[in-house]
Amino acid sequence: MMNWRALMQPHRIVLMALFAAFVIWCALSLRWDWIPTYAPLALEGLWRTIWLLVVTTVLGFLLAIPLGLAQAIGPWYLSVPARVFCTIIRGTPILLQIWLLYYGLGSLFPQVPWIRGSELWPYLRQAWPYAVLALTLSYAGYEGEIMRGAFASVKKGQLEAAQSFGMPRFTMFRRIWLPQAIRSVLPTLGGETILQLKATPLVATITVVEIYAVSSRVRADTFVVYEPLLLLALIYLIIAGLISLLFRHIELQVPAR
Amino acid sequence: MEALLESLGLAQSLELLSLTPPGWGGNLLRGLVHSLQIALGAFGFGLIIGLFGAYGKLYGGPVTRDLLAIYTTVMRAVPELVLILILYYVGTDLINQAAQAMGYGRVEISGVVAGIWVLGIVQGAYATEVLRGAIQAVPSGQIEAARSFGMPPFKLMRRVTIPAMMSFATPGLANLWLIATKDTALLAIVGFSELTLETRQAAASTRAYFTFFLAAGALYLIVTLCSGVVFGRIEKWARRGQPSLKGASR
Repeated sequence: MMNWRALMQPHRIVLMALFAAFVIWCALSLRWDWIPTYAPLALEGLWRTIWLLVVTTVLGFLLAIPLGLAQAIGPWYLSVPARVFCTIIRGTPILLQIWLLYYGLGSLFPQVPWIRGSELWPYLRQAWPYAVLALTLSYAGYEGEIMRGAFASVKKGQLEAAQSFGMPRFTMFRRIWLPQAIRSVLPTLGGETILQLKATPLVATITVVEIYAVSSRVRADTFVVYEPLLLLALIYLIIAGLISLLFRHIELQVPAR
Repeated sequence: MEALLESLGLAQSLELLSLTPPGWGGNLLRGLVHSLQIALGAFGFGLIIGLFGAYGKLYGGPVTRDLLAIYTTVMRAVPELVLILILYYVGTDLINQAAQAMGYGRVEISGVVAGIWVLGIVQGAYATEVLRGAIQAVPSGQIEAARSFGMPPFKLMRRVTIPAMMSFATPGLANLWLIATKDTALLAIVGFSELTLETRQAAASTRAYFTFFLAAGALYLIVTLCSGVVFGRIEKWARRGQPSLKGASR
């Protein structure tokens, strides 16, 4: 961790002064008068970004556990599809996945009468279910590959010890195998979550109004180019910083080996 | 063969994907070539930045080191899409101002060059970290031995550091190359006609969304799988003469 003494070196003070000067210059000479008008929309967008991030990482992680397990110990009829799924997700751009689901499924569903008649139809006509689905699948694909390694890395002796005590298989998985696998992926989990954060602005292309879409609207409405983008970059920096702090905190809770 | 395709309902898709004008296959392949050009250029540009960045981070003065730390942190925390927009506007603004100062009119920048510039800077941040780690993994005795014989720094880099770090850097660089190929898709949002945008245009004008997006996905997948094979070869070559890791990792 950075302490005060490290921060108070002469060159760092000069750098910070330069940075402060840059911030003041930005605040004084750039146009910020659009902020009050768009602040409510921006807050809504920020909320939607965070909601998307949390929901898709949680769902994606839940999906990644069976994917990793299937690849680690599953029979071939489970492990081969899981491996193919992970390869496809990791081998194609997420933008293409989002567009495939939104435009592809979105153009297919209206042709099926029983889907149009179903109670889900009002949701399926909106964009966000496709965004959640695409982001969840993408996170699951990347994380599934990591979980495979994590499940394989848990020592055999631990599982054999549990078995020799007559522990049921599901309890063994829940109490011994899964916790250790999760512990070993914790350092990479933070990085993956930041990658997921960086994927969320892509859903703006399918008309989900999150924080990136708000900044695009500001640019289109007011012809102010740099200011919304700089503010947006700052917001993402802060969110990414908070994510890494959160994961560092979680890692500290786990006893080190 | 044709009867089989007909029965599966694939004949129409094949017609749409054919290479000659009524089909859109040619456009897709042209997009793929653009994507690969941008990815190759950006990867190369990123490697150059990364090499200087890694050296700066390891051997530079305190100011260089802090500035590089800021560069790599910001580039890796802010979404590529936002960076692409910022760097694109900054780049075109700078070039236009320079052109106007020299008395030329507004300059139109080609999509490929802009894409390489934008993605290269983003790639540079990741490459800096990968190469820094790889250089650090080289046993310091090797570098010290070269120094003690009075080898000049540039020759030391060319003859000792780079060959010795290759085996540590290739897995990370392979990953970076895959990120580069996939990130070219983001340029579709800025309006460069690479594979994803060509696909979307083809899909929108024929309404055959599944056909085209699946075809593009297959093209991307072919690229990534082939790169995996190529990088596997490179890694094997870079590891020649080193003890096998297979026994150690298990």
